[in-house]
Amino acid sequence: MSEQEVKNLEEIFEQKIARDEKIEPKDWMPEKYRKTHIRQMSQHAHSEIIGMLPEGNWITRAPSLRRKVALLAKVQDEAGHGLYLYSACETLGISREELYEQLHTGKAKYSSIFNYPTVTWADMGAIGWLVDGAAIINQVPLCSTSFGPYARAMVRVCKEESFHQRQGYEIMLTLCRGSEEQKQMAQDALNRWWWPSLMMLGPTDDASTHTEQSMKWKLKRKTNDELRQQFIDQTIPQADILGLTIPDKDLKWNEETGHYDFGEINWDEFWQVVKGHGPCNKERLQTRVDAWENGAWVRDAAMAYSEKKAAKKVQKAS
Amino acid sequence: MSDNKKNWPLWEVFVRSKNGLEHRHFGSLHAADEEMALENARDVYTRRSEGVSIWVVQSKNITASNPEENGEMFEPAADKVYRHPTFYDLPDEVKHM
Repeated sequence: MSEQEVKNLEEIFEQKIARDEKIEPKDWMPEKYRKTHIRQMSQHAHSEIIGMLPEGNWITRAPSLRRKVALLAKVQDEAGHGLYLYSACETLGISREELYEQLHTGKAKYSSIFNYPTVTWADMGAIGWLVDGAAIINQVPLCSTSFGPYARAMVRVCKEESFHQRQGYEIMLTLCRGSEEQKQMAQDALNRWWWPSLMMLGPTDDASTHTEQSMKWKLKRKTNDELRQQFIDQTIPQADILGLTIPDKDLKWNEETGHYDFGEINWDEFWQVVKGHGPCNKERLQTRVDAWENGAWVRDAAMAYSEKKAAKKVQKAS
Repeated sequence: MSDNKKNWPLWEVFVRSKNGLEHRHFGSLHAADEEMALENARDVYTRRSEGVSIWVVQSKNITASNPEENGEMFEPAADKVYRHPTFYDLPDEVKHM
């Protein structure tokens, strides 16, 4: 294809997206569109898979059967969300093995929030309330993104995600209405998860390298700073109902802007965790790699069994 | 990674959400055989009673049209307006037609 032909195709492609038409896997697309989508969708899938680990930590120690079945169902949903997203990603011509390899070798990233430890039961509440809350704000606009398989997967993800946040908030509410120690435990969890949750919405707009292109492709509908402000504005009244204090002394309602002003985010910490120096980076990745490698014999046995069954069928038929 | 071993093939999943409706494409998954594909499809795509029937078919068995040939494939239908009822001029007095 000549340079001019590619340019024409790109123009038709951009117009299609501007008209809100969806792009489907077999349609022509610029190489950069394909690569960006593989990067973002796989990163999203990896986050769901690694995101099971901090909560998996508490399944056996949930304080009641009601809490246990809910947490189990939430973690199972996360596995499901990872699978929807991996298969949507595979429609772009990358194999599941390649995707796993990128995760396991550290070439692909996942959300850095999952590199923090879950040290008390209240962390299950704070994660559902804050981490899933921030995730929902990130994900809802993706239901109308331009790539069809991604948009369809996100519709399903968002539908299922709202129970995650509600179960988390209910845990916080129960603790806050409990003993002084329980309320303290909830406050401590909020103190530890608040800032990482704000970081989850991504670097500030002036430091975000992909924003402009992603807005054009409708991979993003709002900038990171807009999403963060939305998250803060809607979360503070929820903290008030719990009777908890947001750990930010600069937090203040701004009558003029109609939004909350908030303090400086520690971006050094964010980049440290992204680069692999968070409290649990090594442990999370190792757990994931071990799960994959220790499960190899099961996958091989299932394949051998299916081949044996198929061979028997052929024999019977002949 | 098990480089020499065969990886589980890819399957496409179709779900009928209730009787009276058609099976609709829900997504795909990997499984060693058709039995496992059905069970995985149940766990991945119908955790909240989204279905009453599931079809799975290995992705390699699907033949798809090529969007680059959409012109030859679908445009001939565009100039056949006489296949639509509005093409025919009838006076307003004619009822039930």
